[in-house]
Amino acid sequence: MNTPNKTRTDDFRTMTKAEIVENVYERIGGFSKKEAAEVVELVFDTIKETLERGEKIKISGFGNFLVRQKNSRIGRNPQTGEEITISARRVLTFKPSQVLKNSLNP
Amino acid sequence: MTKSDLIELVANKLHLPKGKAELIINCIFDSMEESLKHGARVEIRGFGSFEIRNYKSYEGRNPRTGDPVAVQPKRLPFFKVGKELKERVNEAGKGSAKPSASVAQ
Repeated sequence: MNTPNKTRTDDFRTMTKAEIVENVYERIGGFSKKEAAEVVELVFDTIKETLERGEKIKISGFGNFLVRQKNSRIGRNPQTGEEITISARRVLTFKPSQVLKNSLNP
Repeated sequence: MTKSDLIELVANKLHLPKGKAELIINCIFDSMEESLKHGARVEIRGFGSFEIRNYKSYEGRNPRTGDPVAVQPKRLPFFKVGKELKERVNEAGKGSAKPSASVAQ
């Protein structure tokens, strides 16, 4: 996608898996923090394994993770200008859902 | 795999009621959305990170008619795949089926 005049956000706070576990533990309850951590771990492991198989993940309201096959192409070392062949590969892309985009742009 | 498939799989594996697995999985994605809404990054080790990128307004075009359209400034999530997953996805694809296989379905 073409991305004209983009700037990074200046906010350096970061949410990690630990905070997600904390949220699950506090908001849902009925299990220990260790169990909450195991569930969160399983969710991400399952997503990773599925993508590794080349299968896409569709999370409604959030977005889709897609595995795309890229053919090999001629690239250039931006430093030296030297031509190099970029090998064929599989890459993972994320396409945010319209719902998520709307919620970020109220 | 859809969110419902994921819910079912997690429920079965951990012997949880489906309703509970659903609450948990919704909570995970809601948490990430909330973080992004506040402009904060989300970083999941071994998976990847999400951050918000701010786009200024620009003049776009209606691709059908070619008419200029003013595009409003917007915030979009950007996902950067983690090194480990990036390698796993690529390695697993090596020597496998034809190039279009993963795109086709």
